[in-house]
Formats: sequence, structure tokens, C-alpha cells
Amino acid sequence: MSLPGSHLKNLDYSVLQQCMHCGLCLPTCPTYDATKLERNSPRGRISLMRAIADGKLEASKAFAEEMYYCLGCLACMTACPAGVNYAELFEHARAEAEQSRVMDSPFRRLIRGFTLHWLFMDLRRLQWVGLAIRLYQTLGLQALLRNSGVLNLFPKRLRELEAMTPAIQPEFSSELIRPVTPPQGQRRYRVAMLIGCAQDLIFSDVNRDTVEVLSRNGCEVVTPPEQFCCGSLHAHNGEWELAQVLARKQIDQFPPDEFDAIISNAAGCGSHLKHYSKLLEHDPVYRKSAEQWDRKLKDIHEWLAEIGIAAPANRPGRGEAVAYHEACHLCHGQQITVQPRQVLRSIPNLKLREISESTWCCGSAGIYNLIQPEMAGELLERKLKNILASDAQILATANPGCMLQIINGAKRQNIELRVVHPVTLLAEAYRSESSTRIGDPETVRKGRAV
Amino acid sequence: MPFDIPILNPLRAIVGPNNVLTSAEDTIPYSFDGTAALTQMPGCVVFPKDAGQIAGILQIANEKRVPVVTRGSGTGLSGGSLPCPDCIVLCTAKMDKILELDRANLTLLCETGVTTLAIADAAVGAGLFYPPDPGSMKISTIGGNVAENSGGLRGLKYGVTRNYVMGLEVVLPDGELMWLGNKCVKDVAGYSLKDLFIGSEGTLGVISKVLLRLIPKPASKKTMVATFNQMDQAADSVSAIIAAQIIPCTLEFLDRTTIHCVEDFAKIGLPLDCEALLLMETDGHPAVVAEEAAHMERICREQGCLEVRVAKTDEEAVKLASARRSAFSALARVAPTTILEDATVPRSELARMIRFVEAIAKKYRLRIGTFGHMGDGNLHPTFLTDERNTEEMHRVEEAFKEIFDEAIRLGGTITGEHGIGLAKKAFLPKFAGGAQMRVMRELRRVLDPKGILNPGKMFD
Repeated sequence: MSLPGSHLKNLDYSVLQQCMHCGLCLPTCPTYDATKLERNSPRGRISLMRAIADGKLEASKAFAEEMYYCLGCLACMTACPAGVNYAELFEHARAEAEQSRVMDSPFRRLIRGFTLHWLFMDLRRLQWVGLAIRLYQTLGLQALLRNSGVLNLFPKRLRELEAMTPAIQPEFSSELIRPVTPPQGQRRYRVAMLIGCAQDLIFSDVNRDTVEVLSRNGCEVVTPPEQFCCGSLHAHNGEWELAQVLARKQIDQFPPDEFDAIISNAAGCGSHLKHYSKLLEHDPVYRKSAEQWDRKLKDIHEWLAEIGIAAPANRPGRGEAVAYHEACHLCHGQQITVQPRQVLRSIPNLKLREISESTWCCGSAGIYNLIQPEMAGELLERKLKNILASDAQILATANPGCMLQIINGAKRQNIELRVVHPVTLLAEAYRSESSTRIGDPETVRKGRAV
Repeated sequence: MPFDIPILNPLRAIVGPNNVLTSAEDTIPYSFDGTAALTQMPGCVVFPKDAGQIAGILQIANEKRVPVVTRGSGTGLSGGSLPCPDCIVLCTAKMDKILELDRANLTLLCETGVTTLAIADAAVGAGLFYPPDPGSMKISTIGGNVAENSGGLRGLKYGVTRNYVMGLEVVLPDGELMWLGNKCVKDVAGYSLKDLFIGSEGTLGVISKVLLRLIPKPASKKTMVATFNQMDQAADSVSAIIAAQIIPCTLEFLDRTTIHCVEDFAKIGLPLDCEALLLMETDGHPAVVAEEAAHMERICREQGCLEVRVAKTDEEAVKLASARRSAFSALARVAPTTILEDATVPRSELARMIRFVEAIAKKYRLRIGTFGHMGDGNLHPTFLTDERNTEEMHRVEEAFKEIFDEAIRLGGTITGEHGIGLAKKAFLPKFAGGAQMRVMRELRRVLDPKGILNPGKMFD
């Protein structure tokens, strides 16, 4: 919203009033659970937002810090009987924090300028950075640096960050997926495939697997090689206007009336992508198509469950147990809990094992693990403990952030654990069906276009 | 903030600097509890970790005559833990350890800030049962439950919090510690002071430990939902069930508005096409359960119910009960401010009270959602309003006055389980009468001579 003045004061007051402070959100909030301070709870944060809207509190540094201490996991929305739209409140509160410039510093401005205003506004730039990191990793520089001990000269935090650098895939999605993939058999649907940004760089294979699975289930899949960021990173970090710019670009690239569905396979993106109508509610040109967009936008599991999953005949492997970690923005943000399990259960030779606290945040939370390493670390510990207790050899989860977080955690603790997107397991099973092999198996193994 | 700075340092010395909150960002989230339309900023918030620290805090407060408001998770519904101006909020949330589960004596000893759910889970873990289950049990603390003498969905058969308290550790305003009660089933030594502190709403002392009675887990249970075309048919069914000398563990009631809100949240397939719904649960020996369930079903049919559905699995039964527990909060889906009361009447008067509440809502042109523990005669008429509409808020007040008067006239009470706090303070003298008010005032003065504990709550 490009209205002048305070985001929270301009907000429809009834959204704030919706919270009747019953406290039923408290036990589901990871930060409240850790500190037992009301300020670190959803209803506490809402009371601070309301105090600002009422003019009783300035958007202070402490307020801004609190809004960034919130994971934005949205577990409170699942718990809230009153139906408070915390996601909306939280985004406005962060925008308020940014607008008040209370956290401003040259360094922070530089980082935010580089990432939010430059890097993620054009994904070609992100790919260049990805390429640079890929070179750093493949030319042996990373190994050299890590073995040389030079890294020990850097501050501890920087070393930790270096260790978290994800392995960049040898190919980006555009190298793995054709712009239009025909359906296997009869065409039942025509869908658009959003490749995402982190997903494209770090898990482009998940994108390829998603397209394969869609094609196998009778979908013609449109995947333009050059796409835009969905804007969730911007909206979650107080950059409403940039998020609006990106939403318009998405709608322009994928006019919703041309597709039966627009598919996202990253929970964090999907949760944001489904609310473009809210983001563009004051935009006379885009409002209508944004509403249509929201209706067409489907998480991959949701879509598969809707159209019926073609059951694979077999799956390579030894009947492993798979545990399912629910990405917050899938289970809380989109209320999708049954469908991913349906996908996993449809795969033969695989045992789904439930873990305790499957809906409790793993600490990744977008870029939370970068800016709040301590809290993120505690949550990761807790998650790993629950995964280990299940004795599963595979961990399936449907968000690149969660995948990376758990991969890094398992690596640090020397835990042997395969971390995959549920769709990858389904794609592998399809591939093993000799009679219905997709394309040339050699091509698939090498990871070239399907 | 005009808060008395000189007491902050001694407080910090007792609980540590991190456990004393003073900034606006830290204290605004403590300026309310679960009660609608009431806010008041505290002076500071402190987090003790044991009885010794509570004693230290109270000594300082008592000496300087600074008011102290004890708070658990702040889920109360009568404003009992709402701060008074410039008070110390003594928050027990960090005293959350279960200390002992005694399988030989069937008791559980815990700190005051343990959640009700944690206690219920610990009991189940030992094959036992802790029945009181207030709507907020997932986060409400046992100290708060004791101080408010909380009820829940199982009050009809199993009673309320009071029936499970065997002992209390209490800190008096001058810092002196008292142990009241013990693990004995029988104990008539002296006055039962333990009972005085149950339901005292933080006005007599601060509860620091609780010793609870656990009971064997019922062998089986059956949960049913009956729907009605008229609210008073549901009320008559409840009266008939009680008159037939059946005491099920749960007889809960939801009206149409509440059913729709709850279903909108919980999505468990509640029947939407009815004016009233009864949630009934019987537990115990399987043969008795089967017989009672059949008998209740027969009674509901005789009263003209639309349908009776039996929960097929334990999971479905648990979902129904949790959905019912969310009723009050779910009503907030349809209005910015939800103000609920808990007038309670003898069960023979239920249908009359239900009709009266309907008539009052019409008279004052107010939207209402009513639900409650019908088996206990405990109703929760909830007005759906907006606190910024002062004219309507005035009508809400007038409506409640009439409802309370009627409850008293029918031999009922102004609060069945939420307590007096601030919300019902004005109605207590009329209900209790002069002699009772005088005795309560004198008792309070003896235990808290300087009047530092939750001043302004319950009565002046």
C-alpha cells in the first residue's frame, strides 16, 4: 500500500481488534515457548501493534527488534479460534518498522539494498551470484579455503555463515526444464510452473522433479526460463511496494485465465503467492486478475491431491522409512497437511513415519537463521531430535529453506539423513517404472531437459 | 512512567535484572488478560523462580505499599489478573516444574506456573486422570486455576479445581510461607485455610506450589452430539437427564451462532442446520456407559431432538471437546468485541433462563451467542459487540444487569467459574449480602493488612 503515514495506523482497525487476547496462541509460539515473555508471543506482539495504531507507542527500536524476533511461522494462525490474520498484521508491522528507520545503519542499508532492492528484483542477477558461488565450489576454492585454515582468521559468525553456504546445483531450472513440457498421455490440464529463486539455485532438481510429476499426471507444463521472484522475501521484510511490483510482474507473465493452475512447490512462496489479491487490493488495474490468480495458485501437493495422483508401480530402495516435517508456510500458511502425506503414501516401498511436533518450526523461517542464529539453532536442535527419534532414513519436507536448514543441521551433527522434497520421491518412483519411463533415462540421469 | 524507581533495584537484586521488565514494549503485553475491553498498564513485571523470591518481592511491596497483581498466563475472564495502576505484576510463568507424581498416594505436586495441560498429560502418563479442563487449559496455569477455582467441561460429574486441591504452599504479604493441607485423604485439624485460598483471586496470598489429587482413568467413554430445533428443548433435555438421576461427565450446549463460529474454525463437521446442540459424554465402566448413553439418547428424542450422533472414535470425541473449548474465542470471528458472562442457575431453571437471555438480547437489540456447561446450569451468554461503540456497550451493561438479577431471582449465582475480579465487582454486594461482605472484608484485612494484594478486585 503506498498510502502515506504509518502502516499500522492506516490498517483496518478491525484486523487488530480481531485478537481478543484469549492466549490460545501462546503454547504454539516457538519464541514464547522459549522465553515465556508475553512480548515474544503473538498476542503480545499484536498488543504492541495496536498500541502503535492507537498512538500510545512509537515504532521504537525495541518494537522493530521484536517484529524481527518473530519467526513468522504462523503457527498462531492455526491455533487462533478467533481467526486473526496474523500474517497480514506481521507484514504491516515489519513495514512499519522499516518505515520508521529505527534499525537503520549503513551496513543494514547496504545488505537490504543489495538483496531486496537489487538481487531479488531480477533473478538473472541472482543466477549470476549463483554462478559465482558455483565456480567457487566447483573449482575447489571452497575446499581449499576450508582446508587451509584461512577461514579461522574470520570472525566465528562469518565462519558459521560460510559453512551454511548451500551447494549450488550444476544446472539451473532453465537448463533442466523445457519451456513447455508435454503431458504423458492425454492432456488433462495446462499448468504454469513457478521455479522460485532459492529453489532454482539450490534445488533445481526439485523443479525438474515437479515438472516430471505434473507431466506424468496429465499436465502440460509451461515453465518460462526467465521468471521473477514471488516477492515473499520483500513482503516479509517490510518492503510492500517492491512486493507489489513483483506481484504485477508475475501476473503479467502468467495471466491466470490461460492456465488451469499455477503451481508452486516451495511452501514459503506458495503461502505468499496465494495472497496477491490482498497485496493489490487497492490496485484498480490488477485487483481482478489478482483475485483470479489467488484462486488458480496451487501448491504442488494440493494440486496433485485435487486431480488424483497416478500411483507409481514401484520404487527403488529398501523400504525406507520417511519422516515428514511440515513446512510452516504449508501447514500454517496454507493449511495443507493431508495432501503431502497423500503423496508420500502413494509411493510403494516407502513407510511414512510421523514425528513429534511435526508442525513446529525448524528455525529456517526465510532468512531468520541468518539474522537470529541463536533462536534458529535452538529450533533446529529440537527438530533434529524429533527426526532422530523417528528412526527414519529419509526426511521429506516441501520448502527449500527447511531443506537447507535440516541438511546443514544433520551435517553439523554427522547424522546420515537424506533430505528431500516429497515430489522428488514420487518422481523417482515414476522413473523406476520401466513401462512408463519419461523420455530417455540417460537424459534424466544426467539431469538434462525432460 | 511514574513508577517508583527506588523499588526496582531491590527487585532486580532478588530475581535478577533480566526478570524485571519496565520498558513500554515489555509491559504493554501485560496490560490485559483474557477479559474483553479492560486494559491497565502495570508499573513493572517480575518473574520469580521460587517461593523464596516471591517472599522477597512481597516484603518489598508490603514495606513500600506497592500493589502486587499475581498473574499466570493471563487467560482469566473477569479481569482478575488485570494490573492495577503502577503495580508490580508478579508473573509465575517461569515456575513451571512438576515436582513429584506420587503413584502410591495418587497425588501430583507442582509449581504454580505449570499449565493445566501439562498436569493432565502427566496424569495420563501415569495411567491416571486430572479432570478439571477449563477452556484455556492448554496454557492456563494451575496457580491461576486454583486462585479462580476454575471449572471446565467435566464439572458435572467430576467437580471443579477445588475438588482436586489437597495442599497449597502460600506466601503471605509479609513474606511468611504457609503449607496448607497434605497427602491425607482426611484432615480436620483446624480451619480449612486451604479452601479459603482456593478462589481467592490473588487477594489473600500468592500460591507458589500446588498438591493435586489424581483419580483412576475411566475405563471407557462415549461421546454424543444431539441437535435441536429450539434452544429450550435442549435445556429441557438437560433438566430431564438430571431428573432421571444420570450424571454424565459432560453436558455442553452451543447455540446456532456459536455452532457456526466453532465449525468455521475447527472444521470437524458440526451439524449447522439446528438452533441448539448438546455435546454429551459419559464415562466409566463400559456397561454403565452404554446404558447411560442409551438413556440420554432416549430422553433427547422424547424432547424432540432432530438427531443424535455418536462419536465413532476417541479421536473424534477429543476433537468435539476441543472444538467446544474454543467456543468463546471462536465467537470473536463475528464481532470485534465479545463480552461473556457466566451466570449460573439451578438446573431445574435452565429453560427459563435460556428464554430470559433470548428475550433480553431482543429487548436491548444486541447480538448474542450462548454456550455453556448446561449440565452445571452454567451458561455463557456472550454479547457480540464493538467496544468503540459506547452506546451499544451501555446497552450491553444494562442487559447484563438484568441477566444477573434474574439469575439471583432464580436461586443462581452471578459467576459459576470465572470469578468476580473487576468485571462482576459491582454485582457482588447485592448477591452476597451485608453479612457476607463484612466477613470477607475482615478476612482480607487480617491476611493483607496493608491491602497490597490485587487491590480493587472482587470488592473494595
